[in-house]
Amino acid sequence: MRVGLFITCVNDTLYPRTGQAVVRLLERLGCTVDFPTAQTCCGQMHWNTGYGKRIEPMVAGFADTFAGYDAVVTPSGSCGAMIRDNHPRAAARAADPGLSARVAAVVPKVYDLTEFIVDVLGVTDVGAYFPHRVVYHPTCHSRRLLGLGDRPTALLREVRGLELVDLPGEEECCGFGGTFAVKNPDVSTAMGADKVRHAAGTGAEVLCAADNSCLMHIGGLMDRQRTGMRVVHLAEILASTAG
Amino acid sequence: MTPPPTFLGMPPFPEAARSAVSNPQLRHNLRKATHTIRDKRAHVVGELSDWAELRAAGAAIKDRTLRRLDEYLVAAEAAVTAAGGTVHWAADAAEANRIVADLVRATGETEVVKVKSMVTQEIGLNEALAAEGIRAYETDLAELIVQLGDDLPSHILVPAIHRNRAEIREIFVREMAEWGVPAPPGLTDEPAALAEAARRHLRERFLSAKVAVSGANFLVAETGTLVVVESEGNGRMCLTLPETLISVVGIEKVVPTWADLEVFLQLLPRSSTGERMNPYTSTWTGVTPGDGPRDFHLVLLDNGRTDVLADTTGRQALRCIRCSACLNVCPVYERTGGHAYGSVYPGPIGAILVPQLRGVASGKVDPQTASLPYASSLCGACYEVCPVAIDIPEVLVHLREQVVEGGGHRAERAAMRAAEWVLDDAKRLRTVQRVAARSRRLLPRRAPGPGAAWSDSRALPEVPARSFRDWWVRERSAPPPQPPAASPQPPAASAQPPAEQNRIEEDDR
Ligand code: SF4
Repeated sequence: MRVGLFITCVNDTLYPRTGQAVVRLLERLGCTVDFPTAQTCCGQMHWNTGYGKRIEPMVAGFADTFAGYDAVVTPSGSCGAMIRDNHPRAAARAADPGLSARVAAVVPKVYDLTEFIVDVLGVTDVGAYFPHRVVYHPTCHSRRLLGLGDRPTALLREVRGLELVDLPGEEECCGFGGTFAVKNPDVSTAMGADKVRHAAGTGAEVLCAADNSCLMHIGGLMDRQRTGMRVVHLAEILASTAG
Repeated sequence: MTPPPTFLGMPPFPEAARSAVSNPQLRHNLRKATHTIRDKRAHVVGELSDWAELRAAGAAIKDRTLRRLDEYLVAAEAAVTAAGGTVHWAADAAEANRIVADLVRATGETEVVKVKSMVTQEIGLNEALAAEGIRAYETDLAELIVQLGDDLPSHILVPAIHRNRAEIREIFVREMAEWGVPAPPGLTDEPAALAEAARRHLRERFLSAKVAVSGANFLVAETGTLVVVESEGNGRMCLTLPETLISVVGIEKVVPTWADLEVFLQLLPRSSTGERMNPYTSTWTGVTPGDGPRDFHLVLLDNGRTDVLADTTGRQALRCIRCSACLNVCPVYERTGGHAYGSVYPGPIGAILVPQLRGVASGKVDPQTASLPYASSLCGACYEVCPVAIDIPEVLVHLREQVVEGGGHRAERAAMRAAEWVLDDAKRLRTVQRVAARSRRLLPRRAPGPGAAWSDSRALPEVPARSFRDWWVRERSAPPPQPPAASPQPPAASAQPPAEQNRIEEDDR
């Protein structure tokens, strides 16, 4: 199976570790991973901020860059949801009348990392080792838009040494919300502060999620509040081994 | 006399929210109230195995009705008229207020009792009546608290949700005497004692009132029947005791038949108060000799609704049955309360309805209105609970586009253009990443200027020495490894991406 990795612009620029973990993990699971370097961004920030009419080049770029793969895997719930839900909408009103068909061809092959591992590869024990107490935060777009359900926790439960504890109020938004975080910084911070309080209350050392954008916000708050907790992308936990 | 409290002149949402999130009493009251009702709703909705079908039916009925709204309204008008009522059409708030004031004056009365109604708040009816020397008395418990406290409503269902019972006791003790029957001596803040004080205060009002003003939850077109759904029974008193009843109803409240109504009578109480069935459902059709009001007037209000109807994405907001479930689950509402939204419709539904009613599609709205579609993290909790499946996040994004098209914010537009320039092209993205990586030691962990909105409360992420793309090109751009024998599926023959995609211009350093 030839897998195209859609790393997302945020991970590419700020969290290369996550991308490296995805490559390591998928190769360990027997996939051939390719990173087509023509890729850039799914257009989510523009779309969600009201500039959706300007993302046609990004939508076309994504469809064309990933046209030739059996599967496209991304370690970001919100970017995955952006492609699945909104690329068809953006294509439907694009100037290029052929774009909708190209988007429709690629969208069904796009998977969140955990969907790909659990549904396509049929694996929940990825052979990982991570000896820490961990809470999982189901980010809103992972949970409500992609419907990842219990796939992430099914994977985490098989990680050796990992103690998974429930996060109270896990279904509540962390307050990131893309440009919401800077357009409404006070509300965003208040929401994040509650998320951090819930997480810290569990005694966990690590909060993990399937989206680094939310983790950037939560981790930034943890840092400022000197909680002593850290955030780690789910992929990095699944990629880590005892060796 | 002090001027009535008003939402006019409220600052944009982020500013109004700033003081709200810093108010510990408000945060506590809201957290407690929203979580209690949220949990109740989840419990009773979870009892129904066919909730998803009910919800789909509710959305479908509303959509079908809205598509042929003109026909159903005409049918409703004919039915109400045939039953002895009088129908008035109001294009906007001013016209509706004028009609109601004239109808009250024609009775010779200077007081009216009111059934809890969102639409009369939308049009500012109480203030308009006051200007004509007519005093409107709210009879819903929470509305009474708001009115006595010279306050503004902050929730659709529980307008005084921002108050706790100690504050309510204080308002009753201080204000009831001025408005009528005073609070009993030694009033405590026990809910039962507060309810009893309100009951005694209101009872006299019900018995003396000659004119009542209501809204309606539904208007059944086939028979011209109006429906009010409530918990306290105070609405029932107002709807039955006075001689004249004036109901102001938004045109989107029509449902074609009683069979359609049945769906909403299941959806509404479970979503709204978390009850399987609401305690009081009042229905009335025109006038009935010897029973209830002798004179019935229905004022059908547009006030921007036909403009909303013209927007194919935005029109789903007109399905709303004002249950307030979206407010109760909204993480933003929970932390700011309703006043920050600067309208009688707060929370997620307010953020999509108010800008539309105020004409955001025309591109000309004030900064407060323009801030409302951005008062959301797009978490989707509202859509998940909405009993008529309004995709609130979709409408929010749609309205953000209208705000941007109406001018938006110049600095933001420039920033978005710059981001497009980088993100439309992989080579430019790589160059920008390298510049950032090279200067990363110079980057502060607190940002100046607009970046402070992030870094006042959150550390900035560290820029890595090398982007993923850089790492890949250096470490992996040799031909990708062949799939091991254990590959779950052989690569498809057609799966070769164009060759140039695997290369990148060499280091530009
Ligand atoms: S938008 Fe939906 S959830 Fe919100 S008040 Fe209206 S019907 Fe209820």
